[in-house]
Amino acid sequence: MCTVCGCGAGGLIEAPEADSHVHSGPGHSHPHRHDHGHRHSGDAIDFGAGLAGVSLPGLSQERTIRIERDILSKNAAYAETNRTLLREAGVFALNLLSSPGSGKTTLLVRAIADLQARWPIAVIEGDQQTSRDAERIRATGAQAVQINTGKGCHLDAHMVGHALQCLSLERGGLLFIENVGNLVCPAAFDLGEAFKVVVLSVTEGEDKPLKYPDMFAAADLMLLNKSDLLPHLDFDVGACFAAAARVNPRLQILTVSARTGEGLAAFHAWIEGRAAAALGPMAALA
Amino acid sequence: MHEVSLIEEVIALAEQERARQPFIRIKTIRLEVGVLGHAEPEALRFCFDAVAAGTIAEGSGLVIDMVGGEGWCADCRRTSPIAERFAPCPVCGSVQIRMTAGGSLRLTELEVE
Repeated sequence: MCTVCGCGAGGLIEAPEADSHVHSGPGHSHPHRHDHGHRHSGDAIDFGAGLAGVSLPGLSQERTIRIERDILSKNAAYAETNRTLLREAGVFALNLLSSPGSGKTTLLVRAIADLQARWPIAVIEGDQQTSRDAERIRATGAQAVQINTGKGCHLDAHMVGHALQCLSLERGGLLFIENVGNLVCPAAFDLGEAFKVVVLSVTEGEDKPLKYPDMFAAADLMLLNKSDLLPHLDFDVGACFAAAARVNPRLQILTVSARTGEGLAAFHAWIEGRAAAALGPMAALA
Repeated sequence: MHEVSLIEEVIALAEQERARQPFIRIKTIRLEVGVLGHAEPEALRFCFDAVAAGTIAEGSGLVIDMVGGEGWCADCRRTSPIAERFAPCPVCGSVQIRMTAGGSLRLTELEVE
């Protein structure tokens, strides 16, 4: 039984040290409760257990109960808990979203190298399987926790709440949450982040924002990555920007190459500007 | 296939409701799904039986009421039906239109006994 939130059985969180399991450490006060479980296997947390089949005698007359509740209300409650925790810890969080292979992890490795002298940085990595991405991040010196979603196609706020317990968050720090590579499902799940950043690579096609509008509508910033490959492709940057603006007129867009470093200064300036604006008031409150 | 997670949430909400006002079984679960929202009704139906098996919702029917999309146009200051999230205003053609309905994803009703 999870002592954080009382959940009982099935994804996977892998912390840096094999024994620093989310459910064993001190300071373990996750103020929520739920009625499903997850499996604790070794050095990770496994999400995805189903609901227990139980039956309870009760009233037998037929009736209709009006409920009127948002289906994502539970996720929204966990997201709000995460947001409060991050605000109180003085940490600025970004949720990075994209299809698989857009270069999110490479972008993160570059961002960490450029920013870690000025900001303490922590990373939550979401993937279906393996901790390869968390290992790449740890090689930079930043702390990283890997969530394996198992069958899951997205991170949810509950998984992220657990992963936050594995990190020692430093006041005035940055937290990057790299979502599962998927341009559909993660759009619907608020994780408690300050902003969503969607990454699109030039090898994917300029009409992606129109084909997957939910993700681009939910994002605050779009990074058009792998710009170094543009000379070899027929990718129409103008058409891509127009498609993105059509889906989300307030979307900011930056063209970058995580490989050559082109445009990354603007991305890092965006992070620093937003983080300073968010953390300044937080520091004043602290 | 995040519809599996969504159906799990629906069943969790039904369980919460049963803790408040006991019932033996659910005959029908009624959802409201916006056409511009994040869930595909066919995918919800497809996974429902598998997810509901062994829960309070096993054997229950699933009714999905679709809600149309609407947007408010900042230029012509009117609310109009829209078929796509990024569609221009159908009245004046402006793209300064903000979605006001069609994104919902709610459990509205349980028919129980």
